Amino acid sequence: MLPILFFLYHAVVIIALSIVIITRRNPVHSVLWMLVLFFHIAGLYLFLNAEFLAAVQVILYAGAILVLFLFVIMMLNIKHELNADLSIGEWPIGVAIGLSVMTLTVLGIGKFVPGPMGQASIEAVKAETHTKAIGRVLYMDYLFPFELASIILLIAIVGAIVLAKKEKASDR
Amino acid sequence: MVPLSWYIGLSAIVFTIGMIGFIIRRNIIIMLMSIELMLNAVNISLVAFSHYLQDFRGQIFVIFIITVAAAEAAIGLAILVALFKNKSAVHTDEIMEMKG
Repeated sequence: MLPILFFLYHAVVIIALSIVIITRRNPVHSVLWMLVLFFHIAGLYLFLNAEFLAAVQVILYAGAILVLFLFVIMMLNIKHELNADLSIGEWPIGVAIGLSVMTLTVLGIGKFVPGPMGQASIEAVKAETHTKAIGRVLYMDYLFPFELASIILLIAIVGAIVLAKKEKASDR
Repeated sequence: MVPLSWYIGLSAIVFTIGMIGFIIRRNIIIMLMSIELMLNAVNISLVAFSHYLQDFRGQIFVIFIITVAAAEAAIGLAILVALFKNKSAVHTDEIMEMKG
């Protein structure tokens, strides 16, 4: 009973906050509600025995990405934003497309057939601790994708600097 | 025990809300946040699969998705900063240089 209540609380809060996020007029409010949303998603990860990912969720999403969003929002004119139109004129079409995709996906859930079970049973992970187990898989079986991820991050650093830096007058 | 299908349903609903937000909003910052919402919805389903099928591959995938999401947010916001410097517009319907 208690696990179901725990899940339902998180599910209701996550869905409600998602709707709140996409309907706020002020982007700062959206970012702050998103912070609460990420904490609830981290709670769901803890419930799924993924405590390393819960920590990563809080540190990386709530700590790094949302701060990035807040920094950029500081540059835009909030006063102008508060008086502008919230959505594009054709928003009912967008909502209809979204709801039809949701109907299709939710109807398809019943057809799901799970594949074969893997090695990482709850007892095995508990004996080894989760972070160590995930690190073993990441560094032994997925070492090459891991190195590629570092290249993606390098490209992001260089790209962000090139895009956002001020152009010198002599460069033109 | 919460059934796996509840997690997939939650993930589908949150993904759709993010999609609707991306389609209907004019503000590019909210659109980028909708993308983050969609990525998080996918992460929920991957972690749920990983737990219920007792396999770590789903969680490894979530780590890579978080990496790509961080890179995407940095690049997207840098593009937004450049756009705001050149056009001082953050609304999608005010930017139409490439419209034929």
